[in-house]
Amino acid sequence: MSFLNSVFSTKWLDRGDQAGSRTMPFVLLLLVVTFLASFCNLALPADSVFYVSTYTITLLGKYLCYAMLALAVDIIWGYCGILSLGHGAFFALGGYAMGMYLMRQIGDRGVYGNPELPDFMVFLNWTELPWFWQGMDQFWVAMVMVALVPGLLAYVFGWLAFRSRVTGVYLSIITQALTYALLLSFFRNEMGFGGNNGLTDFKDILGFSLQEDSTRIGLFITTALMLSLVLIASHAILKSRFGKVIVAIRDGEDRARFIGYRTERYKVWLFVYSAVIAGVAGALYVPQVGIINPGEFSPVNSIEIVIWVAVGGRGTLIGAVIGAILVNYAKTRFTAIMPDGWLFALGALFVLVTLYLPKGIMGLFDQFNERRNKNKAVDVQETAS
Amino acid sequence: MSIIDSALDNTRETFRRDQVWSFLKEKEVSVDVSHQIILYIEGLSVSFDGFKALNDMNLYINDGELRCLIGANGAGKTTLMDVITGKTQCDEGSVYFGQTHNLLEKDEAEISQLGIGRKFQKPTVFEAHTVLDNLELSLKTNKGVIPTLLARLSSTEILKIDEVLETIGLKDHRMMLAGSLSHGQKQWLEIGMLLVSEPRLLLVDEPVAGMTAQETEHTAELLKSLAGDHTVVVVEHDMEFVRSIAKTVTVLHQGSVLAEGTMDEVQNNAAVREVYLGDES
Repeated sequence: MSFLNSVFSTKWLDRGDQAGSRTMPFVLLLLVVTFLASFCNLALPADSVFYVSTYTITLLGKYLCYAMLALAVDIIWGYCGILSLGHGAFFALGGYAMGMYLMRQIGDRGVYGNPELPDFMVFLNWTELPWFWQGMDQFWVAMVMVALVPGLLAYVFGWLAFRSRVTGVYLSIITQALTYALLLSFFRNEMGFGGNNGLTDFKDILGFSLQEDSTRIGLFITTALMLSLVLIASHAILKSRFGKVIVAIRDGEDRARFIGYRTERYKVWLFVYSAVIAGVAGALYVPQVGIINPGEFSPVNSIEIVIWVAVGGRGTLIGAVIGAILVNYAKTRFTAIMPDGWLFALGALFVLVTLYLPKGIMGLFDQFNERRNKNKAVDVQETAS
Repeated sequence: MSIIDSALDNTRETFRRDQVWSFLKEKEVSVDVSHQIILYIEGLSVSFDGFKALNDMNLYINDGELRCLIGANGAGKTTLMDVITGKTQCDEGSVYFGQTHNLLEKDEAEISQLGIGRKFQKPTVFEAHTVLDNLELSLKTNKGVIPTLLARLSSTEILKIDEVLETIGLKDHRMMLAGSLSHGQKQWLEIGMLLVSEPRLLLVDEPVAGMTAQETEHTAELLKSLAGDHTVVVVEHDMEFVRSIAKTVTVLHQGSVLAEGTMDEVQNNAAVREVYLGDES
């Protein structure tokens, strides 16, 4: 009951001065753009000026998945000060869970036509499905796994790390090692996840063909809705007293402990929440790009996410979303012009943001707002005098 | 018919609206002070890399008293507070809160929930939070993850916070970020955070550092008014301040208790004059 109360009494459209108060307007904007883009794809003829190609839709869907991943990192880094350099691992695990479901959906349409085993298992001369592939042909089982596997890994990892009071750089290094270890193990064929090639060649999801425009639109809209949901939920969580404790832990963990909060528990649960979001983002990503392979575990990917958040502005929720979309748009453009130059550009971007925009794009917005308000105040004073 | 009636009665009795099931009630922490002593520190030793920060220290704090601890740098004052609040592990000895709570077995959060509040030497408040939020976080409530997620300020809690804001003189600054307060105001806020948590025992480390003469006087008044309902242990360098508040003073030297008594007794103690107050006489 008190939960319902807290849901209803939260001022959703509150536009206060606090960071994160722009969440609701932003969600509205996001949904409007999503439906507009979908409409322009489905209803307009292909030669219209306003026609949005299916390629663009898929690209946007991909950006939104990245945005969700960035949001997961922002929650843990921006609000709790835990710099995770391994969130790519949770993203990839969620993606693999979805990939396994999609693999099983192929059925006997694979190259070898085996109704039970995915192609790569036939190729490896396996005769039966490994135990962890059982039940993954059920959509709901796969969806449970999408949340459960990253969540469980985050719980065990977080419990060990936070209980031993590992913080700062050491924690970042361990998360980096975690994703690297998973990268190496998923490369092995014996792991049963398709080794080097990963899982691909998907045919359909829930009976809808992945090649159809309508399916792609559906996935795009689902991603936008999930992102909105996660934004709203995270906003509510971080605005609650729980969220205040999280920020308190960031700014003075010892003090929070001496006030009586078991800080490691707070950190573990926030970490789990963040990992589940990353997993869901991965699960939405895989059907849209059509492949998941161990490359997603690569440490570089995880570091890139941190840059998205830094560019957007950490500790603001929507900053992470904006950062992820902008940087990835830049990446798409840049790699088309100068494929080898991207990593240099990314590095330069990180240095520039750290030096000149410590609060990211959102910080820039705030500065403009402040200046405008100040000017207004000066105007009022001048007219008064 | 009567079966239904009795069943209904039973149900009504089980789900009585005027009371809460006992297992849902929060357990009140009871501190056994039947011997008038709230804190027992016996044979306590702590060493860091061979340096004995505390050396076989014995100290008893009476319930409701205001005790001042003085001593030169390195006498072990802060280490003692660290051990009591669970931050530092000790090598030997025992620390009991009342007669039943062994503090050495508990972690910081549990000790705090027993009712031991601490104010640090350097004011530590949550700078990114408003004054109000700082106080809200310090309230004496259930500090579990789920209760905190669903918590809302109740009207009694708001009254409590208002009262404390009045006491610490930050009423007009409640929506200000704690980070933008002055040094003295931060000290006050931290004292306020202690007050809203309604502790049994307050450990206060150098409360008047960086305060003006007027603020110092105000602090002295406050600490004196707290003693009685609460037990207050103050660590302080400022002799004037100690003289103005303390009935009993304990002098620490090289990790153990050197002397104990009223300010005058302590100042006239030969051993104390030699090691600590020597330069003043």
